[in-house]
Amino acid sequence: MNNFRISPDRRRVLLGAAAAASSPFWFNIARAQSDPIKIGFPVPLTGPFSAEAQGQERAAQIAVREFNDAGGFKGRMAELLVRDDKLNAGEAATRTLELIEKDKVNFVVGSLSAAVQLSVNNVTKARKVIFNSISQSDTINEASDWSPYTFHEALNPHMTAGAVGRYLFKNFGKRVAFLTADYAYGHEMVRGFQTAGKAFGVETLADIRHPLGTSDFSAFLPRIQALKPDILILCNFGRDLVNSVKQAADFGIKSTTRIATPVLLFTARLAGGADAFDGVVGGASFYWGLESSVPSARAFNDKYRKAYGGEVPSDYGALGYGGVRTVLTAVRNAGTTEADKVIAALRALKYDYYKGPQYYRACDHQSVQSVLILRSKSKNMKDKNDVFDIVSIEQPGEGNLRSCAELGHKA
Amino acid sequence: MADVNLFLLQLFTGLALGSVYVLLATGLSLIFGMLTVVSFAHGAFFMVGAYIGVYQYGVTGNFWISLVVVPLVVGTVGLLTERFLVRPLYGRGIDYPLLLTFGLSYVLIEIVRIFFGVQGIPISTPEGLRGAVNIGVGHFPLYRLFLIVATAVVVGGLWLFIERTRFGLIIRAGARDPEIVRVLGIDISRVWLLVFGLGTAIAGLSGILAAPIRAVTPEMGIPVLVESFVVTVVGGMGSLAGAVVAGLLVGVVFSLTSLYAPAFAETSIFALMALVLLVRPQGLLGRAGLMG
Repeated sequence: MNNFRISPDRRRVLLGAAAAASSPFWFNIARAQSDPIKIGFPVPLTGPFSAEAQGQERAAQIAVREFNDAGGFKGRMAELLVRDDKLNAGEAATRTLELIEKDKVNFVVGSLSAAVQLSVNNVTKARKVIFNSISQSDTINEASDWSPYTFHEALNPHMTAGAVGRYLFKNFGKRVAFLTADYAYGHEMVRGFQTAGKAFGVETLADIRHPLGTSDFSAFLPRIQALKPDILILCNFGRDLVNSVKQAADFGIKSTTRIATPVLLFTARLAGGADAFDGVVGGASFYWGLESSVPSARAFNDKYRKAYGGEVPSDYGALGYGGVRTVLTAVRNAGTTEADKVIAALRALKYDYYKGPQYYRACDHQSVQSVLILRSKSKNMKDKNDVFDIVSIEQPGEGNLRSCAELGHKA
Repeated sequence: MADVNLFLLQLFTGLALGSVYVLLATGLSLIFGMLTVVSFAHGAFFMVGAYIGVYQYGVTGNFWISLVVVPLVVGTVGLLTERFLVRPLYGRGIDYPLLLTFGLSYVLIEIVRIFFGVQGIPISTPEGLRGAVNIGVGHFPLYRLFLIVATAVVVGGLWLFIERTRFGLIIRAGARDPEIVRVLGIDISRVWLLVFGLGTAIAGLSGILAAPIRAVTPEMGIPVLVESFVVTVVGGMGSLAGAVVAGLLVGVVFSLTSLYAPAFAETSIFALMALVLLVRPQGLLGRAGLMG
C-alpha cells in the first residue's frame, strides 16, 4: 500500500478543511484557540539611547523565539509588540495604554530610562498588568510607586553605585567629583555612591549637573581639572557618557584622576573608542566575557551570535532577554496568563538565564543578582568586542539592596 | 591666583566652544543672507560631513585628507540639493524651503542609520593633536586649540573670498539686490547654486572638525542645529561678522555660566537670545527687515 497516495476519502476531508478554513466564521474560532501571548515592549528606539534600545529588542526577540520553538504554551505562541517610547514619559504612557487597551497585551516588558519607566509603571499598575522593567531605577522599588504587578529585572542605582563605589573607594581614593545628568538616573546614582561612601569617609568635592543630551562638556571640565579629585564619576548614560568620557580624556583629566561611571555601557565603549575609554571603571549587569566562567552566559551568547551574524549581546540587551524569558517561563509554570497566578510563579522563580543565579525579592520584586565591575582596555584585545576586563564581581545578596522597611514595604 | 586662572581657562574654553558655533553659523548665515533660505538640513549636513570624514579617516588613516574630501563631497550634495530640490521653490515664501530642508534632514539621518547603524561610530583624535598642553593658566586640549585656528583660517578665507574677489563682489551685490544683478547680465541662479554648495560644504567641514570631540551618531546634528540657529539669530540673520561675534559670545556665555551656575548653562544661551531680540530684534549686526 502506498501511504503517499491521497485516497478519495482523504481528499474529501482535505477539501472540507480548506473550505472550513476559508470561511470567516471558522477562521475566528481557530484563531481564538491559539491566541498569541502578547508582550508589549516600549523602548526608546529613537533618541540618545537608541543603540541600547536596539540591543534590548534584539535579545528580547531571542527569548520569544526560544519559547515558540519549544512549542509555546499549550499551542499559544509568544509575540513581541515593540513600540518607540521616544525616551519621553508622556509618549511612553500613551504607547503603553494603547498596548493594553487596543492591542490587548498580556504583559509589558521594557523601558530604558529611570524616569520613563515610572510612567509606564503607573499605567500598568492602574490596569493591573504585569510590568517587568529592564532599566535602572530606585524609585520603582519604593512602596509609593511599586505595586504587586511591578517587577524589576534590571539592577537599581543603589546596588550598582554601591558595588562600583565600594570598589573605587577601596582602590583609588576618597576625594570624589561627580558630573551628573540632571534627571532621576543621575540623582539616584549620586545618592547610591554617597551612601556607599559613608563607610569609607568619602568627600564630595563637587556635584556638577548637566542637562540630559549635552553634546559638549568642555565648559564643565576646567573646574574639575582644577579640583584634581582622586575619582571623577560620570553619572550619565548613553551618548552623554560617550561625549563626557571623550572630552574628559582630551582635557588630560586621566593624568591626575581615575574616571569612573556607574554603568559602563558596552555600546558606549564601542561608539567612543578604545583610547578615550582606556582605564575607565564602571559597573554592569552583564558583559559577554562572563561566558568564560558562567555557563548560562555562554549559552545565551551563542544563541545571540547565531541569530545576529556573530555579534555579541550588550548589557542592556541581556536584560531584554532576561526580562521576557522570566515572564514567559512564569506563564508556563503557572499554567495560565492570568496576572495573579503569573505573579505567584514569578515570585517563586529561581533562575539562571544569562549571568548566574537570580531571584525576585519578595517585598519589592527586585531581581537579586550579581554586579560586575569592569575596566575598559585598549591593549591585548582579541577582537573588536573584547573591550573590558572583569576586575571584580559583587555576588548577589539582599544586603546590597535597601531594606524592605527602608523602601516603605510592610514586612 | 587659582581662581583667576580658572576663570581665564574657562574663558578660553568658551572661545574654543564658540569656534564650533562660528563655523556652523557662518554656513547657515551665508545661505540665508544670499538666498533667504533657512536651511533646516544644516545640522544633517554637519552629521553627514562627520560620517564621511570618519569613514575616510578609517580607510586611509589620514585625518587631513578628510578635511579636503568632506567639504567637496558634502558641498556636492549641497549643489544637488539646491539645483533639484530648493530651486523649484524660489519665490514661494520662506516656509517652503524651510519645510523641505526639514524633511531632507530626516531623510539624511535615516540614510546614515541604514548604512552605519544607530549606534554611532568611533573616531580617535588624530595623531599629533592628542593630549593637553599648558597654556599658562592650565592644561588645555591640543585639539581644541587646533579647532580655534582652523575656524580662524576658514572664516578668514571666506572673508577674503567675499570681500576681495570678483565672485565675492557678485555675491554681495546679489544679496543686496538680485534684480539689478540680473539686469547687469549675471546668471544669478548659478550664484545661488554655488553659495548653497559653499554653505553646505562649511557645514560638512565643521562636522568632521567636531567629530573627534563629540560622539559621531546619526542624531548629532539635531542639538547643533538649535545652537547654530541661536547664534545666527543673536548675530543677525545673514551677517557673517555677526555669526563670528555671536558664535564666540554664545560660547563664552555658556562656558562662564557653567562655571558659576552649571544648572543654568543650557538656558543661558536662550536667555541671551531673548535679550538680544528684545533690544535689537534684527540681531547684533543684522540688517532690519530681512525676514520680511
